[in-house]
Amino acid sequence: MTWALVFEQLLNGLQYGVMLFLMAAGLTLVLGIMNLVNLAHGALYMVGAYLAVAGTQWTGSYLAGVALGFAGTLLVGMALEVITMRPLYGRDHLDQVLVTFGLILFFNELVAIIWGRGSLYTSLPSWLQGHIDLFTGSRYPVYRMVVLAVGLAVAVLLWYVVTRTRLGMLIRAGAANRTMVAALGVNIRLLYTVVFGFGAALAGLAGLMAGPIYAVQPGMGELILIQVFVVIVIGGIGSIRGALVGAIIVGVVDTLGRAFLRPVLATAISATAADAAGPALASMLIYLLMAVVLALKPAGLFQSR
Amino acid sequence: MKRGALFWIVVTVALTVLPPIAGALGQPFYIDLVRRMMILAIAATSLNFILGYGGMVSFGHAAYLGLGAYSVGILGFYGITSGWLQWPVAIGASALVALAIGAVSIRTSGVYFIMITLAFAQMLYYLGISLEVFGGDDGMRLRSRSQFSGLIDLGDAVSFYYLCLVLMLVIIFATHRMVNSRFGMVIRAAKSNEARSRAIGFSPYRYRLTAFVIAGAICGLAGALYANHTNYITPGLASWVQSGDLMFMVILGGMASAAGPMLGAFVLLIAEEILKGWTEHWQVILGPLLVLSVIFFKRGLAGIFHA
Repeated sequence: MTWALVFEQLLNGLQYGVMLFLMAAGLTLVLGIMNLVNLAHGALYMVGAYLAVAGTQWTGSYLAGVALGFAGTLLVGMALEVITMRPLYGRDHLDQVLVTFGLILFFNELVAIIWGRGSLYTSLPSWLQGHIDLFTGSRYPVYRMVVLAVGLAVAVLLWYVVTRTRLGMLIRAGAANRTMVAALGVNIRLLYTVVFGFGAALAGLAGLMAGPIYAVQPGMGELILIQVFVVIVIGGIGSIRGALVGAIIVGVVDTLGRAFLRPVLATAISATAADAAGPALASMLIYLLMAVVLALKPAGLFQSR
Repeated sequence: MKRGALFWIVVTVALTVLPPIAGALGQPFYIDLVRRMMILAIAATSLNFILGYGGMVSFGHAAYLGLGAYSVGILGFYGITSGWLQWPVAIGASALVALAIGAVSIRTSGVYFIMITLAFAQMLYYLGISLEVFGGDDGMRLRSRSQFSGLIDLGDAVSFYYLCLVLMLVIIFATHRMVNSRFGMVIRAAKSNEARSRAIGFSPYRYRLTAFVIAGAICGLAGALYANHTNYITPGLASWVQSGDLMFMVILGGMASAAGPMLGAFVLLIAEEILKGWTEHWQVILGPLLVLSVIFFKRGLAGIFHA
């Protein structure tokens, strides 16, 4: 276990963290502003990944695939909001959970019908393949660096939109007092559709970027969705800053745990015991972290309300 | 009340005469199907206890189903096949884990509670996948079904069926009694108005946690039954889809009603069987049905029967 390897895994963790952030940002906004639990957020991630693969195959252009993935999820998200979410705003969380659970079954099966149950793999264009040299002397894939950069750029952009623009002002006002904002003449329904749509598009962006790294398959959204829940619980509902911090923490802890828990344990206990306990403990690490955070701060690290 | 009694008599008689009829028709498949329905009805009843009466939206209830099943499987793996030991361990392990999960999650409420119970259940699911000794993702076959010193043979489909029937009826009745006891009143009071129940001197936390543990224990028993039913255990039993199914059974049947979870379990599994007969892609139909039933069918099936 060299420091170069640790650094590389740290980068992997950061890259996974920004991907979690793209998911968490949309979900936490929808939760904070509309008080809506949306399990189908993971399905939108999957839709983004599939549309990008399909777009790349149809047009032969990777960028066209990316555009389709992003725009497609934006549209699917807005349609979803209008058709299924609007009846749910006044309902309790239980109904919201069940309806969006039904939507997941639907979307998972739909992509299985269209693209089959097997995994799809995508090839990257040549300018995204290859590696760059790190200062530690090892080499790191360009694509993962790009994912990291895009994620951070979106974080900055989101910060700008929410704190510095009129739309962001409305979003913050809507989160604070929905009725008051509506009484002041703002079309709150349209605002909801826009926020939901862009949250969906961010999930789609995460999905289409995940495609070339992980397998594109039905149900791919659920694994990440539950980790995103952990992110939001740690960060605090409705807080974008909390989502960013929580996502980075979860991404890094999960990645480092999977990479190094087994060798570290092997130095303390026997190798066979470490082989058995390492992966088991690594898969539980972020949930234990969540339990600790909750015990200390039941409303998350950055409570927004 | 009279209609309620009539309803239960009809249910009991219908379920009692089913095995001989299915046997006479040469359709043993139905004994198997209804047995599965009854086992999941037990699990759904335990969920209804905390969800319907206690207002605790646990999205991780399948975890105890998995724990109960794995208790039977793992003890069997090490050669302990006595049901007298396996089943209490299944119940005890589920109760202990419910105590740990509940202690953390009941401190929170609302969306947090939903996400936390889901996350912990998922943690156990991934734990099951990473345990290569016990088959990992593929699960494992039971070495033998639980042995009850010759008192009852679970390998015999019909006796196992009647055991499930009796257990289901007993658990539904016991839950009903619990809900209407002083303890149940506190749970329901805390659901309808937490501030007021605090004001009259009850701290809801302890009561909620107790209810959470009881529900976990009952669901652990259902898990032990399920392991014997399929004779095969997989981590999938603890997956969040299973948790969602249980929750949907409760809602479909009618929250906070004695018969609701059972009706929900029966109807959902029958609907699944019918859709599976139509198409391989049955979930593409079930999903929207679920959405529609939640949006438009608020009272649940039990509302129709007044049970």
